[in-house]
Amino acid sequence: VIAEPDGPEGRLRRFATIWSRAVFPVTTTSSTRPEFEEQLLPLARRLSEALRARTFDADEGRALGAALVTVHCTDPEALSQTLDCVDAYLVLYCGGDGDQEDLRVRASRLQHAMAAGFAAALRERTLAEQEAISAAALKAQGVVAQALHASEARFRAVFEGAAIGIGMADLEGNILQVNEALLRMFGISEQMMRGRNVMEWTHPEDAPQTWTLYDELVRGEREHYHLEKAFSRPDGTVLWTNLTVSLLRDADGNPQYQLALMEDTTERRLLNLRLRYEATHDALTGLPNRTFFFERLEKALGAGAGQRFGLCYLDLDGFKTINDSLGHAAGDRLLVEVADRLQSCTTAPGEMVARLGGDEFVALTTGTDTEREVDELASRIMHALLAPISVDGRELTVRGSIGIVEGPAGERSAAEVLRSADITMYRAKASGGNRFELADEEADARAITRHGLTTALPTALERGEFFIEYQPLVHLGDGSVRGAEALVRWLHPQHGVLGPDRFIPLAEHTGLIVPLGRWVLEQSVRQARAWRERHEEAGPLRINVNLSPCQLTHPGLVQDTVDILERAGVEPDALCLEVTESALIGADDDLLKPLRRLAEMGVDIALDDFGTGYSNLANLRRLPVSILKLDRSFTQSMQQFPADPVDLKIVEGIVSLAHSLDLAVTVEGVETGAQAEQLRILGCDTAQGWYYARPGPPERLHELALVDATG
Amino acid sequence: MERPAWAPRSIDISVPSVSRIYDFYLGGSHNFEVDREAARKAMEFMPGLPKIMQANRAFMRRAVRFAADQGITQFLDVGSGIPTFGNVHEVAQSASPGARVVYVDHDPVAVAHSEAVLRDNADAGVVAADLRKPQEILASAEVQQLIDLNRPVALLLVAILHFVEDEDDPYGAVAELRDALAPGSLLVLTHASYEGIPLPPERAAGTVDVYKDIRNPLIMRSRDDIARFFEGYDMVEPGLVPMPRWRPESETWDPQDEDPWAFSGFAGVGRTA
Repeated sequence: VIAEPDGPEGRLRRFATIWSRAVFPVTTTSSTRPEFEEQLLPLARRLSEALRARTFDADEGRALGAALVTVHCTDPEALSQTLDCVDAYLVLYCGGDGDQEDLRVRASRLQHAMAAGFAAALRERTLAEQEAISAAALKAQGVVAQALHASEARFRAVFEGAAIGIGMADLEGNILQVNEALLRMFGISEQMMRGRNVMEWTHPEDAPQTWTLYDELVRGEREHYHLEKAFSRPDGTVLWTNLTVSLLRDADGNPQYQLALMEDTTERRLLNLRLRYEATHDALTGLPNRTFFFERLEKALGAGAGQRFGLCYLDLDGFKTINDSLGHAAGDRLLVEVADRLQSCTTAPGEMVARLGGDEFVALTTGTDTEREVDELASRIMHALLAPISVDGRELTVRGSIGIVEGPAGERSAAEVLRSADITMYRAKASGGNRFELADEEADARAITRHGLTTALPTALERGEFFIEYQPLVHLGDGSVRGAEALVRWLHPQHGVLGPDRFIPLAEHTGLIVPLGRWVLEQSVRQARAWRERHEEAGPLRINVNLSPCQLTHPGLVQDTVDILERAGVEPDALCLEVTESALIGADDDLLKPLRRLAEMGVDIALDDFGTGYSNLANLRRLPVSILKLDRSFTQSMQQFPADPVDLKIVEGIVSLAHSLDLAVTVEGVETGAQAEQLRILGCDTAQGWYYARPGPPERLHELALVDATG
Repeated sequence: MERPAWAPRSIDISVPSVSRIYDFYLGGSHNFEVDREAARKAMEFMPGLPKIMQANRAFMRRAVRFAADQGITQFLDVGSGIPTFGNVHEVAQSASPGARVVYVDHDPVAVAHSEAVLRDNADAGVVAADLRKPQEILASAEVQQLIDLNRPVALLLVAILHFVEDEDDPYGAVAELRDALAPGSLLVLTHASYEGIPLPPERAAGTVDVYKDIRNPLIMRSRDDIARFFEGYDMVEPGLVPMPRWRPESETWDPQDEDPWAFSGFAGVGRTA
């Protein structure tokens, strides 16, 4: 409907516009002014109608006042502006043609009713909103309270049901609350706990920092600390705990309470102590064991400047005999008694005695004056062993050998010290036992190298550190190469190339000689075949391989040799085994049997180093040898000119004897042409030595043989 | 764990609340004397604060209608405060019946009151959560039930970001919410600023101090800093502008009709690509 500007509708609209313009600035509506005017328009219409109604209706006036509140004109100023508008413009725009005086009175009454209605509505709304917001606040608080209650119930359950002890105290140390678990740990009732103070709980085993940490915490300088702490229970027992104490602060950050959480570690601690004891003590004697001893020794060796150590390494003399003759039980009883006596020798602080195993004991002294102390200690030990030990009614005399190592801390490792002591002890034992010896670096060094080589031998074979050099054997008659002696070498990673004299005795000692010897034989035989293939024209070349005494007695000797020859496809006559004269001294038939078998197969047997041992010439007959190798000592004198006539006679005699027994003679150590010539004249068959060639790689032999064949 | 076992901190209604102060500015009585006292103190420095709030409400209303016109039927109003007249759900549901609205506030009293107001409205709900923890908002039961994040949502951050300090990473929070929204979603934002306030900043700073005193610091940001909240959004015309200038609905709109205070701060709407 388009209102006529001057029609009643148009006038009503103009009133609404004036009204909205007056009130809009003081409303809190989010509507725009034109929207707001649209909201006021129905109210203006009702005002207009109320103005012109036949009878005055105060309720309608009040309703219109209340409607103002509904359209968010809650500011009292909005009422004031509204009433001003009604007063000034309602009759003018909406009065129509009624009586002006009546309309004015009516407008005035309407204003009164509107004011009352506005006030009542605003009061209603204010009260309702106040109630709503209070209810919301209450509800929110209720939610919080409920959550708080639930959370308290939960945490009370945690507190009460926890397996770890929980306690709270104020900053003065007064205990405020503890849980069941804590009471159980302490073994006291809640009553007994009441009124107690944290600071009463000192214990002799408290770590030095225990109470410093406590003081820092309650002063607010530390948030928490953690340590192992012991407590005394009323029954006199000790409670060990893993204790964590935390500082609790209030909302402003001021220290308020201390909270202790503790875990009972008594059992675990005992178990640990026991395990530790078992791991560090010898079950038989109760003495500290090797592990414990090494810990202490390492500690002593790691001590600061000026600190020294002294160590006695004791091994009982002849203990094996006691064990073997009286049985292990008796041996054990003897060890227990020895352990007790040793224990009584080490009473000073810094001294200890341990059993390393078997009948080996060590005593350690530490400090600044161990040079003197260790001697005294050794003397005390020797003295302690003097009195016979009664075992099973027998009085046994026990003696021991002691190796002493003494020195400043920080120079050697525990293993080095112990090895030195061990070596020194063996020296004492080798000197007859029942004595002590002081470690000597030179003696140590020798033994250590020996020791080192011995332990390195097995891996050396696996790693292929051995190699073979060949020294030609030359026929003295025509100067041709007839074969070569295989000489094993060890290319040691630290010591370089080592000759057989350095390691063969060690290999003999450890039994490694058997696999090593087999390896040498295999290599040499394979080499022999290679030579035979390449130098057929040079005549059969023979390979000489040394057999050690240990190999001689090895039951597999014959079979191994046969296998190796067969595998290589080499005839037995290509091989000559050299056996030292000393190895065959006093050899019975059993020992000679394998050699005989080999000789029967065609393997040559040479008697090596002939003339150095007890040369039983009569014995030569029954040995299955076909070659004598004269020791170099015979040829040495022939280097000079003129040669010693006595030596010449001896060699001549030996050669003649050998030839008469159908043995060939080889000489070693030929270094000059004069020597070679002399030996040839004396009737020797073959020779080897630097004059011809030093031991070298197999290729060298090719060259020599080749020169020989072409020359 | 659905909720932490700890009880929330107790509610202290002797401490003024920004929601209730806002209600007071808007002529409501959902407030206590402590709130009114703080509001009156703030108004000593900026007497036009109620007009700024009114302009906020008016902008919000226009923006919600705009969103409804764009076909958006889901609204997430973070920092909704005390529900007063002309709320998002009233505007949205009258423009688009059945529109879903979730209010979010961290003031437990405002939440409790909202729950009472919305008791009978199946399409609207309220979440007690904090803008600084967007995942809590997104994971809430109400959002899960009422909002389909695979469809566009109008995210309202009206007069809230100026209560989030930089160390709480408001940009990160806004970005996190943005990343959860489907393409075509809208960000409806207003923010306080010294720019546009018809007073020298030194004087307006008095108001900032009042909010600092009630432990709800008011962070005035520059227009550029406010614009950064729209990273990842395309600005809807007319961009980031004083509130009354954002799409006035009347063709005859005249800036002269507006209260000068209404031009304080900025408003804008962005759309996710």
